[in-house]
Order: sequence, then structure tokens, then C-alpha cells
Amino acid sequence: HFFAQVENVWLLDRLSSRKSALGTLYLTATHVIFVENDSETHKETWVLHSQISSIEKQATTATGCPLLIRCKNFQVIQLVIPQERDCHDVYISLIRLARPVKYEELYCFSFNPKLDKEEREQGWKLVDLNEEYNRMGIPNNYWQISDVNRDYGVCDSYPTEVYVPKSATAHIIVGSSKFRSRRRFPALSYYCKDNNASICRSSQPLSGFSARCLEDEQMLQAIRKANPGSDFIYVVDTRPKLNAMANRAAGKGYENEDNYSNIKFQFIGIENIHVMRNSLQKMLEVCELKSPSMSDFLWGLENSGWLKHIKAIMDAGIFIAKAVAEEGVSVLVHCSDGWDRTAQVCSVASLLLDPYYRTMKGFMVLIEKDWVSFGHKFNHRYGNLDGDPKEISPVIDQFIECVWQLMEQFPCAFEFNERFLIHIQHHIYSCQFGNFLCNSQKERRELKVQERTYSLWAHLWKNRADYLNPLYRADHSQTQGTLHPQMAPCNFLYKFWSGMYNRFEKGLHPRQSVTDYLMAVKEETQQLEEELEVLGERLANLQKSQLLNDHKVKTKQQDRSKQLGLSTSNNSLANTPQEYSNDLKSFPSRSPSQGDEEDSALILTQDNLKSSDLDLSANSDQESGVEDLSCRSPSGGGCLPSEDSGKDSDEAVFLAV
Amino acid sequence: MEFAELIKTPRADNVVLHRPFYLAVEGTLCLTGHHLIFSSRRQDNAEELWLLHSNIDSIEKRFVGSLGTIVIKCKDLRIIQLDIPGMEECLNIASSIEALSTLDSVTLMYPFFYRPMFEIVEDGWRSFLPDQEFELLSSVTDDWRLSCINKEFSVCPSYPPLIVVPKAVDDEALRKVALFRHGSRFPVLSYYHRKNGMVMMRSSQPLTGTNGRRCKEDEKLINATLRPGKRGYIIDTRSLNVAQQARAKGGGFEQEAHYPQWRRIHKCIERFNILQESLIKLVEACNDQSHNMDRWLSKLEASNWLTHIKEILTAACLAAQCIDREGASVLVHGTEGTDSTLQVTSLAQIILDPRCRTIRGFQSLVVREWLQAGHPFQQRCAQSAYSNSKQKWEAPVFLLFLDCVWQILRQFPCSFEFNEQFLIMLFEHAYASQFGTFLGNNENERSKLKLPQKTMSLWSWVNRSEELSKFQNPLFEANSLVIWPSVAPQSLQLWEGVFLRWNRPSRFLDEAQEEMINIIKYNKELQAKVNALRRQLAEMETDDRMQENL
Repeated sequence: HFFAQVENVWLLDRLSSRKSALGTLYLTATHVIFVENDSETHKETWVLHSQISSIEKQATTATGCPLLIRCKNFQVIQLVIPQERDCHDVYISLIRLARPVKYEELYCFSFNPKLDKEEREQGWKLVDLNEEYNRMGIPNNYWQISDVNRDYGVCDSYPTEVYVPKSATAHIIVGSSKFRSRRRFPALSYYCKDNNASICRSSQPLSGFSARCLEDEQMLQAIRKANPGSDFIYVVDTRPKLNAMANRAAGKGYENEDNYSNIKFQFIGIENIHVMRNSLQKMLEVCELKSPSMSDFLWGLENSGWLKHIKAIMDAGIFIAKAVAEEGVSVLVHCSDGWDRTAQVCSVASLLLDPYYRTMKGFMVLIEKDWVSFGHKFNHRYGNLDGDPKEISPVIDQFIECVWQLMEQFPCAFEFNERFLIHIQHHIYSCQFGNFLCNSQKERRELKVQERTYSLWAHLWKNRADYLNPLYRADHSQTQGTLHPQMAPCNFLYKFWSGMYNRFEKGLHPRQSVTDYLMAVKEETQQLEEELEVLGERLANLQKSQLLNDHKVKTKQQDRSKQLGLSTSNNSLANTPQEYSNDLKSFPSRSPSQGDEEDSALILTQDNLKSSDLDLSANSDQESGVEDLSCRSPSGGGCLPSEDSGKDSDEAVFLAV
Repeated sequence: MEFAELIKTPRADNVVLHRPFYLAVEGTLCLTGHHLIFSSRRQDNAEELWLLHSNIDSIEKRFVGSLGTIVIKCKDLRIIQLDIPGMEECLNIASSIEALSTLDSVTLMYPFFYRPMFEIVEDGWRSFLPDQEFELLSSVTDDWRLSCINKEFSVCPSYPPLIVVPKAVDDEALRKVALFRHGSRFPVLSYYHRKNGMVMMRSSQPLTGTNGRRCKEDEKLINATLRPGKRGYIIDTRSLNVAQQARAKGGGFEQEAHYPQWRRIHKCIERFNILQESLIKLVEACNDQSHNMDRWLSKLEASNWLTHIKEILTAACLAAQCIDREGASVLVHGTEGTDSTLQVTSLAQIILDPRCRTIRGFQSLVVREWLQAGHPFQQRCAQSAYSNSKQKWEAPVFLLFLDCVWQILRQFPCSFEFNEQFLIMLFEHAYASQFGTFLGNNENERSKLKLPQKTMSLWSWVNRSEELSKFQNPLFEANSLVIWPSVAPQSLQLWEGVFLRWNRPSRFLDEAQEEMINIIKYNKELQAKVNALRRQLAEMETDDRMQENL
């Protein structure tokens, strides 16, 4: 059932007008679908409504009415719809569809991957936080699980099960919670069993200019006592000092070192969600520039401040990891509400400290622990339901980028690859799985998310072969212990992540993937190992008896070699930009009707060559050679079998069910 | 001249060596005619640092009391610091280094003194001879001939003795064309595209001057490279403005009226001091260790280095596109035809010709398109990023070319037989080397210096299996296709292997490289084992059958 269907729609390619496609546009309850007319490919582009971040209707041109759809996974779709009226209808429908008002409208409630109830439940059990705290060695002599929040009675954005110092009584916890924004009292995020140092998190204290709270002071004392090896704790306020001071006027603020015994207070200036939202906006504007010069790009990137913010988050994580691993000192982290910057910083620090979080399973656990369970407001931050646009901010995107930056610096340290990160980012916005619904555990339980939707982690785990980093080895030195990234002033270590922010412009990425190549080699290696074993057995048998009775094995061997041949030919396929010859063929037959700016930039067509009177002063032509190349050259990569189109069709199957 | 005269203090003890990311080491410093040698005295971890004087770009000295400090900045961009006790010793050593690193006579350079400690399997001076290359060409086309017109370097001093020109043009005509081209660099064959028979030629600018001088032989020469009814492109590596201004100084460009079958495209590639300043700014930004580094991207941008990379790559892609996609022949030139022209012609070949992406093929490319083509290495590479000399002829033209190759390698990591280390090695040897390969400014000078007789070729050293294995790309799978790099800013990156080499820790990246090698090595070992077993089994089975049949 389609809400709308419009024919003869152009899907424009941002980099090359030659790759624009004519097709039919469908609107369904969950997706925008564009199907190309091209009788051979019928290539489909699927966009989930929940991915749409903005829709822009542009001025009507001779060819039709352009519609620009920007997505939260950084895809930009440019459509040209012949009739203004149709365009308007599509526009109005999409505005409505992209802004659901009820959770039930989200895709995860209709998404059905054909799993039975038991499989679904198993999927939700894949990540178990109690198991995770057990892994850290808790409960123990110093830490215990508290049921003080069992009915969300103390803090409605915290989970029911919270880990606190053993010496923190219910009285202390409740007292402390009353002295903290939104009652988010200090609770355990990470515990280092080697030296008893821990990372706790909370929101800001309601200290104003002079208020104090005995229970809160006792709470911090309890945290210190839970680490007998150290006589103080760090309190890290991840806000810029000015912001924290401004909060005092509103009766909030930060800890006064004089009131708390044995704390060392530290500001680490990470900007707030509004600054981050604007920064991303600016960076995306740079990514969207049409054939930018090197200067446009670098200036734009610098002025967006994005990498500076990434570095600030990393530096905070590095500071905490150092305190825990090297000084053996516990740290309490907070920002204002303790659900954005605090989540970023705690998870970066955990990732640096504990190699487990650098495995695929561990990374899922980490997101579940520091983000999902502690009430990061996924719904507000990622705009799943229609809401206040000022609440939207790329908080977890920044964390995911921090991980990527670390992967670039430590290529062997992570079990997963870049694709894993990109797909997690995609699904944080897709609402295809229930994991990231709502703003808190309480809301998710009320909505019965686990009974009604599926878990992303199970889906990723099932396909884990796609997400492996071939360079990862559990016994490699980089996978042991704490990671020590370079700190300031090595700004050059932080790089623009085109794999994420220009994710859908394949032409900009390296044309051959080292990861995919090595994965194919490793797969072949595994097959060779198996074959070696089979051959070894056969040899032993042959040597034992001179009887020739191995017809079976022989056929098996033939199968094997077939398989091997296949996998090597896959390799060479990946290396082969074969589409260039196709391009060459399609080039002269290009329809002249789609003449837009880009077309006139194509100086090198035979037609142009014939008709040009070779005017010396035709300077514009000469200049346009640059544009031509920068448009054309990257276009080649677009036809590579892309993992995303594969994934999209995957979703298509799901939808049809 | 005796080097000993320049060395007043040949040895100093208790010297402390400082390098980024290493602990300071105490040891002994020795100066020889060509090397600065530092050896640590620690028995447990004895280490020696050998530095060619010719690698030293600049030195600074300062004193605190009687402790002197020398900061040595090298052409390979490394910076080291030596603390030398004793004012006099320090002054002596500093002045010796200054003198020894700025010797003005080529024949005093190390290659003339270097005696190889390895067995010479193949004489690199004879590895890439023009007649061998021409033999390959004549197996596919009969339109070209090898001319000896420049045998004594009498027609064009910066060309090699043998050049490939269209068969239809005789030596007499060539002489006339030479008079019409800057520095006598008449159009010669640079590359023949086997796929469609199109060619790339290179030359210098035509000497049209303000009154539009023409030369029929020049027109005939370049038209001889066109198939009947076909048109070609002239890629001028200067902006139209610069090309027009060149007329006032006797230079110029091909007028449409006289070259009706050619379409001219201007692609501005910067030259000389603009490039040198760009390098200096870039290296300054990379070395900036101050804590207010939050404007790193602005500094990177302000250096314009990546802008130059983008311009050069774009021009090369355009040339390749004309040849492969448009089926048109191309003539590339700028002013002299010894710098940006060679960047474009050599990069276009890397894009078009899979042979140039092999180790041997790339060496051959460097020999043909840079050394024999007369890129003035000695002038261009006299100083590097730390120089204060600001001589007009110093410019990192070759380094830019290597950087562009690295950019393509990064985008096509499986299509090159060589790795990044190979490119870095070439960068180092172009600026300071024990080999004679990059000495002199052209074949004429090299032959006068008798380099093949008196010095060792870099290729003799590189092309031994021990060395080659260091430069092999484990991911290489021959790719016979044209490879089109992206020139979008998002696709171009700072070449960290050169510019951040000495100021970032590389251990984790090196480990990744090692891991990659191991993964592929293990796979190959298994393949060999499986094949051997299969053979063995097959033999045993045939034996069995034969026995059965008996």
C-alpha cells in the first residue's frame, strides 16, 4: 500500500549530472522509495522516514520542482518532481511522516525480521548489564547493587538497578539525590578491579552560591572509601567553567572543594548540546559544498569547530583513564544533567581503560551501560518523535566519532571495523530496533519495548562477520590493557571522517578497501586450513592403505577449490573499477536535455569539441575543466557494489513481509 | 681540498642527543668528511646515528654557560638536538657541520667516495636504457623512431642523447623545432597508450613572442601525432594570464589559428618559490608543538600544500581523461617543461599504465620522466623546508609528485606493487644520498661528471631482494585498469608518513602494517602447503592406479 506514487521523478546525483536517474517515487508508511526506470537494474533507493532530518522545497525550474531531503545518516537526496502539485503533496506527506507524534508510529513496531518470540527474547538477553558489573568484579567488598530506585522512586531517568559504594546507605543516596539536578545521584559507571579505582557519574550539585548537603558529601566520601588505595577523588565537571558558574545563579553549580573532604575538582571544557548542534550543521554545510576548493574545505572544517570538540571529549576521556589507570584515583564525572557530556566522557574513558569494550560484544555493552541504562535522552537528542528542535544534538555521534579516531590511531586495538560504527549510528536514528527508543529505561518499560520490538545487538551479532577488523587479534599487544593516545597539542591526529559524513558519496572514499581485502584473505585462509586438514587425512589414509577409495573426498576437494576460486575472484572484483568502461559507453549518449550547470562544465564531450570554435578568450571553458574533473572523477566509484544499497534491499525484504 | 681541514674537532665525548619520542642519550659525536656519527656508550643498548652532512638543511647553535647546543634540521624533515660540553668544541663542530653540509662542488659529495658493501647483482645505471624502452614501443607501433640528434647534447642540453619522435619528422625539422621551443625542448614522446594508440607528448613553451611567430615544422611535428580526422589537446600548466604574459619575454603558447586541430586547456600549477614557501609553511605547522594549536587546520590550509596537490592531480587526471576517455592525443607543457610538465605527464602514466604501478615500472618512470627528461634535481633539491637561502630554483617539485602518488596509492591500496616506504625512500635519496642517481641537473651534466663510472646507482642497491622486500606492498594484486583518483578535498590528506614522520608516534601504525604482512604471508604459506599436498596426493594416486593396472 502506497500513500503516494509519482512517476517521472529525477533523482539527481550531487557529483555528476550524468548519473542522475529517472524513476518512480513511492511513499509508504515507513519509507520513501525511489525505483529507477532503467529496465536492467531497477535500482532502488530506500529512505526511512525516521532518517529524514529536513525537507526543503526549492524554486520550480523548467524541469520540475526540486525537493531536497537531508537525512540524519548524512544522506542527501535531491529529487526533481515534474508537477508542482505532486511535489507539494509529497512535501506535505513527508513533513507529516517524518515527524511522528506517537512511538507506535515508529518503524520498529512494524518491522518484522521473521523471528519467533523465543529468538526475540534471546536477542534482548544478548547484553546483560548485571553480567557486565559481575565481569568488573562487582558486587564485592566495596560496591553493591542498590534497589533504592526499584520503582524509579528516587530518579526516574536512572535504571532500577544501580551500583553504589557499600557504605552509602539508602538515606545517604536519597539525601544526595535531592541535592543533584533531576535527582541523578552519583552511581558507578566503571570499576577497575586491579586497583579499586572507579568512575562514577552524576548530575551537577544544587549548590548555588553556598548551599551544601551532608548526605551528598557523605556520598562522595563513600566513593573515596571504596578505593582504599587513594586518599582523594577527582570530581570532573565536563563543562566550561563559565557555564558551570552561570548555573550557580540558578541554584545549581559545582562542588566547592572546601565543603567536600578530599576531593580535587577539575573543569574540562566540553561545549553544550547547542554549540555541538551548530558545529555539526556548519560541518555538514562544508560537506555539501559543490566542488569546493581545498581552502573552502579546510577553512569550513576549522570554522565548524567540530574536530576541536571531538578533541575536547577525547582529552576528558584521556584525563579520566589516566587518573584511574596510572594514579589509581577514583573519579566522579558530571556535567549539568549528567546524560550527555557525562555519557560521552565515561564511555570514552571506559573504552581506553578496558580492552573488553573494544570487542564487538563489549562495545554493545558499553553503549547499553553508559548511554541506554543511564537515561541518555535518545528520543529528544535524535528527534525520533516530533519535538523541540533545540533538544536535538549529535551527542552519541560524537562518541562514535571518538571511537573511529581511536581506531585510526590504534588500528589493531578494536575487534570491530568502521562499518560497525556506521551501522550503529544509522540505527540510532532508524528506529528499526527498539534499543534506543524513548528517553529512559522507565519509558521503555512502560512502552513494553522488549515485548514489541527487536534488539539491534542481536541483529549486529548475527552479522558479525561483516563487522570484524581483520587486524584485530586477541593476543596482540594493542588489545591488552589501557590505550594511551597522544594528548595535546597533537591536533593533527584528529581527522575528518568522510566515511561517516560523506558516507553516501562513495566516489570520495578510497576505491579499494584494505579491510575488505584482508577479510577476504582471512576467509580464504580459513578455507585453506580446513582443506589442509582434509588433505592431511587423505594422505594419512593413502599411506595407510594403498586402496583407492576416496571418490567422496575427491568431489569434496573439487567443491573446495571452486570455493577458493570464487573468493579470489571476489577479491579482484573489489579491485576493479569496471564501471569506467560503462561510463565511457554511456557518455556520448548522454541526454542533452538535462542541461544544467554541471553539463556545461563538461567541456570534453565530442559534441563540444566539434562545435567549439576554439576561441582563445573562452576562459570560462578552460576554468570549467576543473569542475568537470572534480565532478566526473569521483563518479566512478558510485557504481561499486555498495554495502549500503545491499543493506537497503535487505530492509526492503523485511518490509515486504 | 682535504676534509680534515674543515674538521677542527673530530670527536666530542659526553654529548647528549635529543629526539622527539625518545629519551635523551649520552654518547660520543664524531665528524667525518661526509657523516656526523653519534654513538651511545651504553653497553646494553648501543646505538649509532649516522647522518649524511648533505642531509643537513640548517643548523642553529646556542649556549647556556659553557654547554653548547646544536639543533640540526635535516632535509628529510627530522630535527635533532645535540648538547655538547665545551664552548670551543661546540663552535668547532657547528662550523664544521656548516661547511661540510654546504660543499659547493658536486665531486666532493659522498657518492664519489661511497664504496658499496653489498654485492652488485645488476648495474642500475644500465637498468633503464632508452633503447630498451623503445624496443617495447616498436613492438606495438611503427609510427615512432629513436633519434640520435641530441647525441652530444648539442641540440637540447637538458634532453638525453636518445629521444623518441614521430617517424614522419626528420632530424632537420627537429633542429628547427628546437629553435622554436624554450630551452630547445621540442615535443617528444612521453607515453603511448596501448589501449587506443593515443599518445602524450611533452615539450617547453613555444617561442611565439608578442608578434605571434610560428614554426611550420613545430606544427607538422605535433600534428604528426594525430590520427587522420582526430583532434588533440594541449594542456598548458600555466594560467592563461601567465601564458599571455610569457609572450612579452619571447615565450607564449600555441595559437589556435596555427594549430587548428588542437584545443588548448590551461591548468595552473604553481612553481618555484611559491612551492618552496608552501613546504616551509607546512613543515612549520607540522612541527608546531605549542599548546595553542587549535588553529591547526587553518595553518594546514594557509600552507596551500594540499591545494597544490589538488591542482597537480587534477591536471594529471585531465590529461589521462583526454587520452583514455576522449581518445585524443595530448601535448603537455608549461614554461621550461622541466617541472609541472613532468608532474603531469608522470602522474597521468600512473593513472593510465599499470606498469608504472610496479616497483620496476615506477623506477623506469622516474628515470624516463624525471632524470632523463631533465628535471634539475640538483637545483630543486639543494635545500628543503628549513633552508633560509630562498633561492628561486629550489622547489619541492619532485616531493609534490611523490605526495600525489601517495594520494593515489591511498585511494587504491591494492593496485601498487610498492608501498609508502618506497616513496619516502625516493624522497630521501633525491635530497641526500650515497648514490649518484639524483646528482646533476640533466643527463648532460651526469655524463660530464661520469656518474655511471664514478658513483653507484640507487637502483643497483634497491633492486636486490633484501631491499625490495622492504618496499613491497603486501596487498598488491595486479590491476590492469585505468585508476581514476578522486581529487575532492575530502579525498586528499596530509602525507603523514613524510610530514609527521618525526613528530608522531608510529608504533601502532607500524604494528598494523606488520599484522597485514603476516596475514598475507600466512595465507601464501597455506596455499603453498595445500598445493604441495595436492601434488603429492595426485602422484600417489597415479602410482596406485599404475600399480592396479599392472
